[in-house]
Order: sequence, then structure tokens, then C-alpha cells
Amino acid sequence: MNYILELIDLHVEVEGKEIIKGINLQIPYGEIHAIMGPNGSGKSTLSYTLLGHPKYKVTKGDIKFEGESILNLTTDQRARKGMFLSLQYPTQIPGVTTMNFLRNVIKSFYGDVPIRELREKINSAFDKLQMKKDFLARYVNDGFSGGEKKRHEIVQMRLIQPKFAILDEIDSGLDIDALRIIAENIQEMKSSQRSMILITHYQRLLNYIDVDKVHIFMNGKIEFSGGKELAIQLEQKGYEQILSTVK
Amino acid sequence: MTSIIQEVEKLEPKYYEPDKFPKGLNRKVVESISHIKNEPGWVTEFRLKALEVFLSKPMPNWGFIPQFNVDLNSYVHYVGSNRKKKKSWEEVDPEVLESFERLGIPEHERKYLAGLEAMNDSETVYANVKKELEELGIIFCDIDTAIKEYPDLVKKYLGTIVPPEDNKFAALNSAVFSGGSFAYVPKGVKTPMPLQAYFKVTAASSGQYERTLLIADEGSELIYSEGCTSIQDFETNFHTAVVELIAHKNARIHYTTIQNWKKNMYNWTVKRGICYEGAHITWNDVNVGAQTIKYPGIILYGDNSTGDVLSLAFAGSNQIQDTGARIIHIGKNTRSNILAKGVSLDGGINSYRGLVKFEKTAENSYSHIKCDGLMLDDRSESHAYPYNEVHVESAKLNYEATVSKIDEDILFYLQTRGIEEDEAKLLIVTGFCDAVVRDLNVEYSVEISRLIRMILEDGKAIKRTTPKLNKNEIKGQTC
Repeated sequence: MNYILELIDLHVEVEGKEIIKGINLQIPYGEIHAIMGPNGSGKSTLSYTLLGHPKYKVTKGDIKFEGESILNLTTDQRARKGMFLSLQYPTQIPGVTTMNFLRNVIKSFYGDVPIRELREKINSAFDKLQMKKDFLARYVNDGFSGGEKKRHEIVQMRLIQPKFAILDEIDSGLDIDALRIIAENIQEMKSSQRSMILITHYQRLLNYIDVDKVHIFMNGKIEFSGGKELAIQLEQKGYEQILSTVK
Repeated sequence: MTSIIQEVEKLEPKYYEPDKFPKGLNRKVVESISHIKNEPGWVTEFRLKALEVFLSKPMPNWGFIPQFNVDLNSYVHYVGSNRKKKKSWEEVDPEVLESFERLGIPEHERKYLAGLEAMNDSETVYANVKKELEELGIIFCDIDTAIKEYPDLVKKYLGTIVPPEDNKFAALNSAVFSGGSFAYVPKGVKTPMPLQAYFKVTAASSGQYERTLLIADEGSELIYSEGCTSIQDFETNFHTAVVELIAHKNARIHYTTIQNWKKNMYNWTVKRGICYEGAHITWNDVNVGAQTIKYPGIILYGDNSTGDVLSLAFAGSNQIQDTGARIIHIGKNTRSNILAKGVSLDGGINSYRGLVKFEKTAENSYSHIKCDGLMLDDRSESHAYPYNEVHVESAKLNYEATVSKIDEDILFYLQTRGIEEDEAKLLIVTGFCDAVVRDLNVEYSVEISRLIRMILEDGKAIKRTTPKLNKNEIKGQTC
């Protein structure tokens, strides 16, 4: 089987403390996997680690993207290979307008794009996320509401068209309409050539998205994996009960 | 006895010839400048009085002054036009030529900026005084012309905002000033385009002493911009300019400076404006090269007048930028806003030095001061020296200061979007500068982003990607 992403006995330390304690995970092309788990279980650490944040150190094991180890690649190199990360709390960038930011983002993948084509790309992504264009003149994520920040993340995913995306709590802080719009966009982007990891606390996101697998993350490890139904059971019974019945 | 004195006078003419000024400063130097310029007696007197003030004042002791290794007596304080002009590209400093490439300066501007063609150096010539300005009644010329053609206006205002007594260098400028701009915008008129001037310093070892005087009459609007490039290379070069602004009732003045000089320049410039009732002045001041002492000032004299000082300074290797603002609140309900940004890299030192003073009469007035320092490495420094004086109870003053480094999380976020580390840093620094830079004229904005790239490259904060010229290319360059 051909995997887009493989984690092999992955151990990760943050500031000297081991957070991820041996993960093995394979994600085939075209699949969307959900990772669920209690707070502090290491889910966000995994997302930072995949894109190579300097604070997150792989102490053992490997990450393979399209069959090759990416541990020696910088964050931007990983991104240009096709990996995308949406952070739980997207960062503000003071003084940089969203338009300028997106222009630079597109440039890093597609080189210099004529301004008209650039506008068209951006406008169409904004329309898909039902975002107002006046955000373009504002500084990146500055004064954006939680929902606007998340829409803006998916705007970027649409512009970049990554092969693989890890979306960390893309559903947190969203009202019902925003949740639906974002989830529909994610579902629409599902394709045989693109895989995703969704980190979430809630089953409701999965109502809109055709998820292939659900993994339960606890204490730095994947404790249990199953199909979409696992998320529903989890929401009804909670982590402890599920795991005790399983064991 | 008389005949001997007459003989000496014959041997030693009363005035120096334009191209034969000696080094140093004395009465004869000042009188000769005035004589060459054929100035009226009151200007000569103004200069001579200033000379006395200069000689009597002690050297100041802050900013770059402690390491100010300039002997003013080793300078020629007036340079005649014959000695100023460069003849060919070979004579132009290669670093300057290279900066044209790196900044993408348009070909047609290069010969002026390199000092190969007029737009003279010490005496500024304004090539583009448009007919349009004349039709609106706007006067825009160099100060020497203004003294001849509009003596009443000049006499009324010259030295009223920055008197020679203000400080040693204001006195020096007043004694030997040469060149600089003059503008007058009549009541209710707006400048249809920014009045623009280039200042350059070319002749080796020549101080440059521009004197600029801008007057906005009632209800008018005056937008002025200057961009500066230095050519001088071999010796330390010293520059002291004085700029005076007068904003009459309900007038607005916006003054933009981009100073991009070589680092071996010393720049002490005194900029100050006065706002009458309901008037507004903005100083938009970007300092890149040189060792600078500059605190653009605004006297909020009239009730309801307002002033902004938006400044940005870059301090690189061996560079001290001592910049800031001076605001004097006198009128009621006056407001001021200071935003001072400094980027320090490669061991450079940025200091914000600001005075905000509320006089007893400045009831219900308000000042907001914000200083932001960005340090790109651990060897660099960022300081703030705010001086606040409040003599009236109803005044409010709000001061905040931040010092930061490039934020790791922002850098990571940009990199997750495929943007290379250096480009990401550039974007972050550009963002840091935006609040000052966005108010510059549009035509500067492209140059500014290239300039920031060049500064970061030179300060070793990012790898160099802008073009390098080798000697052969420079020699082969034509224009």
C-alpha cells in the first residue's frame, strides 16, 4: 500500500519533556483521519512536529512523507513538498496585510503570478469560504474573530492545494454556519490525491466530512483506532469508558 | 600706517572666491558666502549673529557626539559649483552605483542621484517646478531664490521657529546655510502633488547646510517630501540642516523624509514646526544611513491644533541613531501622537529620545507616545529616553514602549505557508515598519521594501540576493 504519510515509532520532546511517546501511523493517499483525545494528550504537539517547529524535537523514530524522511527538511521545505498545517490558534502578523501575505504565500508555490490572476484566485477562495474581501486590507488575523481566522486558514488551504493537511481544531470557536461552511470546504477538497488529519474534540465536524478512520490519542500515544462510528461512541461515553470497554 | 593696511587689503581681498574657501569657520567665511549669494544686509546680519552664537556654545554631549570624530575646522564650509560636479561614472562611489541596482532606481534618475548632473549639491535646484503650482499661487523654489524674490516672506519667518540660539548646530546652519527649499501655499490652496526635493552630498569633505522654510497659509494643505542619498565616501562627512514649518489656522503640513546615506555621515538636523489654531503637522521621518541626531518637533501653539511624528530608524553595524520627537503643547485641546520605531541589527544602537511638554495653558490636551524597538540579534541595542513635563492638571499623556525580537511563532506560521525563512523575516520586519511607511508617498513604497531587504542583507540578518556589481560592470555603465 502506498502511504502519503508514515509515522514510525515517533518520539517528540518539547523543552526537554517527552510529549509524544512512540506513535505508529500510516495515512494512505485520499484518506481523511480524525485524531481525537483529551486535552494535553499531545495532539497539537503532533501537528507542530509534522511541520518542523524548532521547539519540537524528534528524539526517536521517523516521519516519512511520500516515502521519504522529512526530518532534515525545514518547515518551508516541508510546506512546499505539499504539507499544510492549520494551527488551533492562527498567528497574527502585525503590519502585514492579508493581501500581501496571500500574495507571498502564492508566490512561494507558484512563483510570480500576474496580479489579475492572483486577484481571481484569492477572490474565488474568499467566495468559497463566504468571507468578505475587506479582510484583504487588514493585517493578517489582526482583530479577526475566531471563526474568521479559521475561514482564513481554509482560504489558504484552497489557494495552496496541498497534498496533505493537518487541521488542528479547525472546528473550535465556530458558530453553526461557519462550521458547516468550513466542513463543506474540507469535504469538497477531499480527493484521491489528497489526505488530511483532522484533530478535533467533537463528533459534529464529522457529520459533514467523510472520515476514513478515527484514532484516539492519549498520553502521547494512539490508544485505539476505529472507523467513523468510534467518534459517535466517544461523544456518548467519553474517553475513559470507551477505553475500558475496549480493554 | 594707513597705506600698509591698504596694501594688505589689496593683497588679501575682502571675500573668498567661490572655489577658494579655506577650511574652518570665521567672519570672513560667513561674509563671503553672503557676498557670493548677493544677499541683502539683513541676511548677512542674521548669519553673523548666528556665527557668534555658534562660537559661544559648547559642544553638546549626547547621541553620537561622544564619538563624533569630526573637526569642524577641517571642513570647507562653502563649496563653489565648479568643485562640486562629478564628470563621469568612474568618479562615482561603487557602493552608490550598486545601491541603484539593489534598489531598482530608475535609469533616468541615476545621473542626478549620482551627482553627474545638476540638481546641484549645496545649492538645490528644483527641476520640476510645475506651471500648475504657479497657477495656484504656490511658491516653490530654493531658499536663495526666495531671499531675492520673496524677501518679505522669508524675513518674516526665517529663524522664528528654530532660532540660531536654539543649539550649536542650529547656529552653525544659520551662519553658513546654502540651498534648501522654500514653499508658500496660499490660503485655502492644496498642493496638487507632493513638493519634492532630492538632497545629496557629493563634494568630498563638504558639510552641507540646507535651510528649508515651508509656510502653509490659512486652510491650506502642503505635502512635501525629500529623499536623500549620499555619495561621499572617503572622509567623514557632516551634515546639519534646519527645517522650519509654519502651519497657519486650519492648515495642514505633511513632511516626509527618507534619508538613506552612507554610514560615515554624521547628521544633526533640526526640524520644527508651529501649528496655529486648528492646524496640523505630520513629520514622517525614515532614517536609514548615517549617524543621526534628529528629533522632529511640533509646537502646538493654537487651540485644537494637532501633530503627528511618525519615525522609523534603522541602526546597523557601527551605527547610532538617536532620534525621537519634541512636542510642546501650548493651546487648549491640542493633541499629539508619536510613533517611533527602531530596527537594530548587526550591533547597531537605536535610541528614542523624546520630549513632550504641556504648558499651563494646554488644558484638556492629550499625547500618545509609542516606541517600538525590534532587535534582530543579541549584539544590537534599543533604548528609550522619554522626557515628559506636564504643567497642567487636565492634560493626559499615554506612553508605551516595547522591545521585541522576530517572533518565532510568526516565523513558523509563514514558513508553514512555504515562505522561506529569509523572506519570512523580511515580511515580519516590513510589517513592523508598516505603521510608519504606509503614510509615505506611493512612489516610495516599492523602493522602501527593497531598501528594507538591502538593510537586512547588509546587517547579515538575511542572505544576500540583490545584485552585486563588479568593477568592470561599473566602468561600463552609461547613462
